[in-house]
Amino acid sequence: MRYLPLTDSDRQDMLSVIGASSIDDLFIDVPAEARLSGKIPGLPDHASELSVERHMAALARKNLSAGEAPFFLGAGAYRHHVPASVDHLIQRGEFLTAYTPYQPEIAQGTLQVLFEFQTQVARLLGCDVANASMYDGSTACWEAIGMARRITKRGKAILSSGLHPHYVSVAKTMAKFTGDALVHEAPTLDAATDIDALIAGIDKDTSCVVVQYPDILGRIADLTPLADAAHEAGALLVAVVTEPVALGAIKAPGHMGADIVVGEGQSIGVGLQFGGPYLGLFACKQKYVRQMPGRLCGETVDAAGKRGFVLTLSTREQHIRREKATSNICTNSGLCALAFSIHMTLLGEKGLRELAMLNHGLAVQAAERLAQVPGVELLNGSFFNEFTLVLAKDARETVRNLADKGVLGGVSLGRLFPDAPGIGNGLVVAVTETVTAEDIEALARALEEELA
Amino acid sequence: MTMLKEGRPTAPQAVTQEAGIAATATGNRALMLEEALIFEIGSPDTTGVDFAEAPKVESRLGNLARTDGIGLPGLSEQETVRHYTRLSRQNYAIDLGLFPLGSCTMKHNPRLNEKVARMPGFADLHPLAPQSTVQGVLAVIHELAEWLVKLTGMHSVAMSPKAGAHGELCGLLAIRAALEARGDARSVILVPESAHGTNPATAAFCGYKVEDIPATPDGRVDLQALKARLGPDVAAVMITNPNTCGLFERDMKTISDAVHAAGAFVYCDGANFNAIVGRVRPGDLGVDAMHINLHKTFSTPHGGGGPGSGPVVLSQALTPFAPLPFVERQGDSFVLVEEETADEHHASSFGRMVAFHGQMGMFTRALTYILSHGADGLRQVASDAVLNANYILRSLDDVLDAPFGHSGPCMHEALFSDKGLAEGFTTLDIAKGLIDEGFHPMTMYFPLVVHGAMLVEPTETESKAALDQFIMALRSLAERAKAGDEALKGAPYFAPRRRLDETLAARKPVLSWTDPALAQAAE
Repeated sequence: MRYLPLTDSDRQDMLSVIGASSIDDLFIDVPAEARLSGKIPGLPDHASELSVERHMAALARKNLSAGEAPFFLGAGAYRHHVPASVDHLIQRGEFLTAYTPYQPEIAQGTLQVLFEFQTQVARLLGCDVANASMYDGSTACWEAIGMARRITKRGKAILSSGLHPHYVSVAKTMAKFTGDALVHEAPTLDAATDIDALIAGIDKDTSCVVVQYPDILGRIADLTPLADAAHEAGALLVAVVTEPVALGAIKAPGHMGADIVVGEGQSIGVGLQFGGPYLGLFACKQKYVRQMPGRLCGETVDAAGKRGFVLTLSTREQHIRREKATSNICTNSGLCALAFSIHMTLLGEKGLRELAMLNHGLAVQAAERLAQVPGVELLNGSFFNEFTLVLAKDARETVRNLADKGVLGGVSLGRLFPDAPGIGNGLVVAVTETVTAEDIEALARALEEELA
Repeated sequence: MTMLKEGRPTAPQAVTQEAGIAATATGNRALMLEEALIFEIGSPDTTGVDFAEAPKVESRLGNLARTDGIGLPGLSEQETVRHYTRLSRQNYAIDLGLFPLGSCTMKHNPRLNEKVARMPGFADLHPLAPQSTVQGVLAVIHELAEWLVKLTGMHSVAMSPKAGAHGELCGLLAIRAALEARGDARSVILVPESAHGTNPATAAFCGYKVEDIPATPDGRVDLQALKARLGPDVAAVMITNPNTCGLFERDMKTISDAVHAAGAFVYCDGANFNAIVGRVRPGDLGVDAMHINLHKTFSTPHGGGGPGSGPVVLSQALTPFAPLPFVERQGDSFVLVEEETADEHHASSFGRMVAFHGQMGMFTRALTYILSHGADGLRQVASDAVLNANYILRSLDDVLDAPFGHSGPCMHEALFSDKGLAEGFTTLDIAKGLIDEGFHPMTMYFPLVVHGAMLVEPTETESKAALDQFIMALRSLAERAKAGDEALKGAPYFAPRRRLDETLAARKPVLSWTDPALAQAAE
């Protein structure tokens, strides 16, 4: 029991200070019938570091990791190269083993990072202010819908068919309990986004329109007309960005009129990790800041007049406002925000733009090559680093067969939208800087065999 | 003066104190280095990363190329490493010393957990990878789930909630789904006054009206008041056990029976599970749902405010309503049950609460920790956590008021109040004094039921020597606050910053950096 420093003689000395004869005496308030007299049966005893590592390593080996195969999966989680210094720095114990910065005098490290993170996120998304992070993109998206309801005092949200289906599912789950009305249709295999249909659907009851950019099929559309239409009707535009690297290449949603921009920050610094922990990004216009969920870090001065940072506007939050809080969120994604911020600082604007253009260039090359495969058509007119292929057969089966050949070839629309008709042949393919020319060729050949 | 022939002094000379504390030209103080913001030291043209040249292609960006200056400064790799290393040194952390934040369970974070979580077979997996390629990671989820179910004596566990408050949401949604399934619309959730703020916030978040349950003078739920309030409109009771006063709710089973008899459910806030792991199973107390903060009881790092992880154990009655996705064992393989595969068998699930499958990176860490401790070690965790807290309680209850000290032993945390401090002295003064003594302060002003509360949770990973030093420091501060030592009101003196002006921060919020030159031009 290497993590327990007390010795038996310490325990005896301490019990005598307390005035108890045994540890059991300290559990006297537990009713006798609920007190376990010994170990819970059927569970193993403690184990050495070596043997635990061996057990876990054996489980790790049973997975095909992304780095071991030609890899093209995206759909809300992207594989990017994370510089070595990012992981080194987030493992400094002063960051890793600190708590939420409730005592600012001894948490300026975390607080300054959050202030810098908020500024980076706001600028990347094209907004005035950003918060100190949410759990992930899907929960940030739902929180944005709730925030729009509070601001507009309306309860109908229109969700684009191009919004990530998990984000839609999360919103639907929550709406069952809050009473929000959600308007949503499954996507169709169309080169154009559903912007025009969204504009047509806006009415006087609409609290917000939620649109993903680039969308789940990889398509990109100018959000300006949608923002104008929403504002005309007194509704808000919520934009969702699941691939923030894209914003090194394409216009920021905030600059096209989005009122709230949320996103998944996993692409920058965090890594794949089988889906979590990830990083919810949340930004908005200055005028809505007091309706924002989550923690905010602000600048102030100390008693000696030096600049410092504190958590602020906490009267929005659960630990002060309890049932009247803007959200129940407490713990968020602090360490992931740190990783994002370090990676973004290493990149800088120059590096981000280069990274984005490298992603786009490789994606265009891949799309052109794959579209030459018989039985494959490229759906998209526009895309950043992800696009949809329409195959001559069901893509779910194709993905499984490709995996058997050692190629992780993409995400099938059938897995993403199991109930949607007519899109089962869609395959969403992501191409980041980690993809090589050989990988693209391997996928093309595997598809040729599969579709022959 | 002793001196080498080159003129180098070899022993310190006496100088006046004033000379020694004079301001430095840089503002730095030897190892304590001031660090500017990246926006002040970086530039958009600097980068610490090299990339291959992008292929020349025809743009497919739909005429939406970003042409504005984004305003993201870059630093070279060395500057980046220095920036964040310098900032890190302005933080207190478990790695530096005792971190007795009550209700937060700041225990040692074993580094094996970090090593395992970074194995490429776990870290470099896509959440939507074909299931045949991720059997090992599904096995991890399944193995951890089995441990959590057995340790709590419950029926099943929902693994996807992202943190404690998200777990509360999961539990309440399951309860609401179960009630709706039997056509029973109920509107009220009862929450004790001493509850974490997340409890009422969560209840309100899923559309319930929140009502307080009063506490008894010995710091526990008032059973009679609770029974009197139960009725057909009450959906659930949310109880923290051990509670936020650091006490075990002795009447828990009686409460559960009464709640069930009234047709309602029992939600238990499991934030304090560390006190009872391996010694008490919530399932034996009639609990229907309880979240487990893996970042508390199971040692995953707090990371300066997350990520956490909040799996929710469920009773048999709530299990059919558990969220998607979840992992099922089918023979020798594991299946991730999500929308695509959730058939009639899982038709009652209340749905999905998060994209993908939860905090996998925390699952690997928590399972590593659990396997390290084993069933015997986890029981010892609770024993030592409770022993350490009682040791602090009884070593200080002569100088600090312990409002519930008379009622018997505490669990994993010792609660004190500001009663008896000199006029004008507060809990805040003692907390800030602890900073100068080299400790993180205890949780202060929580729970709300005690005036000037100081909630001290040492955890089981502190040695007796560390506890003795902390006790000595807190005793000294209590004595100073009782004696009216005015200097205490200025503490901390030795931290990177003195007390910060939170009022100013809230009145004129500055939430992002603005170039002062631009700001001036705008005025």
